Amino acid sequence: MQKSIGLINERIRDGNARVVSAEEMPDIVQELGEEGALEEVDVVTTGTFGAMCSSGAFFNFGHADPPIRMERIWLNDVEAYAGIASVDAYLGAASDSDTQGMEYGGAHVLEDLVAGSPVELRALSRGTDCYPRKTITTELYLEDMNHAIMCNPRNAFQRYAAATNTSERTLHTYMGTLLPHGGNISFSGAGSLSPLANDPHLRVIGSGVPIFLCGARGMVVGEGTQSSPGSGFGNLMTTGDLKEMSHDFLRAATFTGYGATLYVGVGIPLPVVDIGVVRSTAVRDEDISTPIVDYGVPRRDRPTVRTVTYQDLKSGFIEIGGEEIRTSSLSSFRKARDVAGELKRWIESGQMLLSMPTRTLDATRTVHPIRETAQAPRVKEIMEKNVVSIAEDEEIRTAAKNLLRGETNHLPVLNGEGKLVGIVTTYDISKAVVRPDSGPRVRDIMTRKVIKTSPDEPVDIAARKLEQHNISALPVVDDADRLLGMLTAIDLGKLFGGRWRR
Amino acid sequence: MKLLVTFSRKGGHEPVIARTVKETGVLINVERAHIDSHAGEVLIDVPAESAETVCRSMVGAGANVKVLEDAVVRDENECIDCGACISVCPQDVFFLDENWHLQLHVERCVLCGKCVVACPHNALSILE
Ligand code: SF4
Ligand code: SF4
Repeated sequence: MQKSIGLINERIRDGNARVVSAEEMPDIVQELGEEGALEEVDVVTTGTFGAMCSSGAFFNFGHADPPIRMERIWLNDVEAYAGIASVDAYLGAASDSDTQGMEYGGAHVLEDLVAGSPVELRALSRGTDCYPRKTITTELYLEDMNHAIMCNPRNAFQRYAAATNTSERTLHTYMGTLLPHGGNISFSGAGSLSPLANDPHLRVIGSGVPIFLCGARGMVVGEGTQSSPGSGFGNLMTTGDLKEMSHDFLRAATFTGYGATLYVGVGIPLPVVDIGVVRSTAVRDEDISTPIVDYGVPRRDRPTVRTVTYQDLKSGFIEIGGEEIRTSSLSSFRKARDVAGELKRWIESGQMLLSMPTRTLDATRTVHPIRETAQAPRVKEIMEKNVVSIAEDEEIRTAAKNLLRGETNHLPVLNGEGKLVGIVTTYDISKAVVRPDSGPRVRDIMTRKVIKTSPDEPVDIAARKLEQHNISALPVVDDADRLLGMLTAIDLGKLFGGRWRR
Repeated sequence: MKLLVTFSRKGGHEPVIARTVKETGVLINVERAHIDSHAGEVLIDVPAESAETVCRSMVGAGANVKVLEDAVVRDENECIDCGACISVCPQDVFFLDENWHLQLHVERCVLCGKCVVACPHNALSILE
C-alpha cells in the first residue's frame, strides 16, 4: 500500500490527519505491524534542540540618506560579512564580539533581536559617487529591518560523535567541558527524535520540505555543508524568517574557551507515504550508534574509545574499562520534545501542509578532509639535534658545567639505559646552590614529570604544550623514551617569525 | 552564610582562620580549602549573624572575603535543560527527571564552581 501526499494533505485540511511524534512511532509499529501503522499514521513529527554553530542570518537594513555602501558592518560590535551588497549583511552565529570576546557573539545578537531588544548597527565605507556617505551608526529593532532571513549552512546532524578526554588536563571544547583522565562523556543530538535519524536514506527530506525552525515555518534548502549521509552523518541547510522566530527555540550560548554558538530548534514533519517511511520512523535510541572519541588527542583522526548507542548515552552512565563514567548532553531533549510537540499541533490544526522534496538529496554522499598542499611542519624538521644531556647520578656541579657548555637553560636527564627520566634547568641549579641540603646528585633536584614531544608531532601542537605549561623547551623522544633532540621557543620563533612570541 | 576567603602567603604564614576564631569566638566550619605556598582559598560556613564580625576580622588579617550563595543558583529563564552541568559536578548535584527537566540536590553543593564554567547558557552562579 502507498499513500499519496495529496491524501495526507487532504486529511490535514479536514482536521482528520493522525499525527504522532517520532518517540511514539516505534510502539505503534510494534503494535499494529508495518501495514497497520501505514494505514493508521499520516505524519511523524521529529525535533532536535542543540548547539548549531553553523547558523546565521541575512539582513537588509534599507538605505540611509545620504546613502552609504556599507563595506564593513558591526551589529553590537560583532562583525558581519558585508561583501554582498550595499546595505546587506550576513551575520554568523559563531563570530565573536570585538569588545566582549567570546562572551557575546553573532548568536547573542540574533537572540537579542528575536527577544525584542535593539542592536547597534555600525558601518564604514570608503564612499563612492553613488554612495557618498562614509559612516553610519544607528539603533535597530528586528521589525526595522526590511529582511532578516535565517539561513543555516549546517543544521540538524543525523547523529554526532560523543566526546571524552584521556589527557591530564581539563579541556574546554565545542563539546563542552571534558574532565581529565576520561572523567566524563559529552554528547549531542536528540537520538531517535532527530529528523535525519528518521529518514537516513533521504526519501522524504529534501529541498523545499516545510520545517519548524526556531518557532517559524521554515524550509529545507538542501544538503548542508559537510553533510555526509553516506557515512551516517548527514545534515541540512535550512532557512526561515527571523521575524517569526521565538526566543523559546532560539538561544545563544558560549562554550567556555571555545566561543559563541546558537542553540537552534529544528523539527521536520515526515509524511508516512509508504512502508519505507514506516520502517525508518520506527527507529529507537538503541538502534542509533555513535563513537565516543578521545579529544585528549589533538589531531583530526581522534581515536575511538568505544561505540555506544543513544540509549546508552541517555542512561546517564557509560562503562569504560570497568568504570562507570557519567554522561552529559549538550542538546536539550526536553526542548526537542517541545519542538516535535509544537509541530504536531501545527499539523493537527491545519497550519502546515506537507510536501515531497522538489529535489532529492544524494544519500550516498560522503566528505573528505581538506587537501593540504603542504604538510603542517613536524617537530623533527625544526628541533635541535645536538643536545647536551646529563646522567641522573652525575653531580650537580657537572650539570652546571654542561648547561654552560651547551649555552642552554634546559638539560635533559638520562638514566643508565639512555632513557629520559627528568629535566634540570638553570633555575633548579640556582635553587640547589641556595639550599645545599637537597642532595648532591642531579636526580635529587631534577623535575621528574617532563612534558615532552615526539619527532612526528605537528609543531602547532608542541607549541600549544609550551604555552599551556608555561615552559620554554620540550625534549623530543622516540617511542622508547630515548632522547632525539630538543624543541625550544627559539626554534619556534625561527619557524613562525614574529607570530610566535613567548 | 558561605564566605570565600582568599589570602596571599607572601607576607609570612599568618594563620588567618585560626586567628579569626580566636579573635571573634565564632565557630567556623571549613567546607573546602586549597592552600599552596603562594596563596590560599578557603570556603567557610558561618552563622549569618556573625558574618560581619568574621569578615572584618579576616580583612584585618589581610584576607579577601566574598559572600557566596549557600549553593549554586540556577536561572530558570536561561536554563534549557540540556544537562551539560551534570557530568562535571563532583557532588552529583544535578540530574534530569523523567520529563527531562533539570533538578538539583542543592544541599550537596560545595560551591566549587565547575558547573558555572561548564554551563553554555550562563544559567548558573555562585556569587551573591
Ligand atoms: S548546563 Fe546550564 S542550561 Fe544546561 S541544564 Fe545545566 S544549568 Fe541548565
Ligand atoms: S558548584 Fe560545584 S558542587 Fe556545586 S553544583 Fe556546581 S559543580 Fe556541583
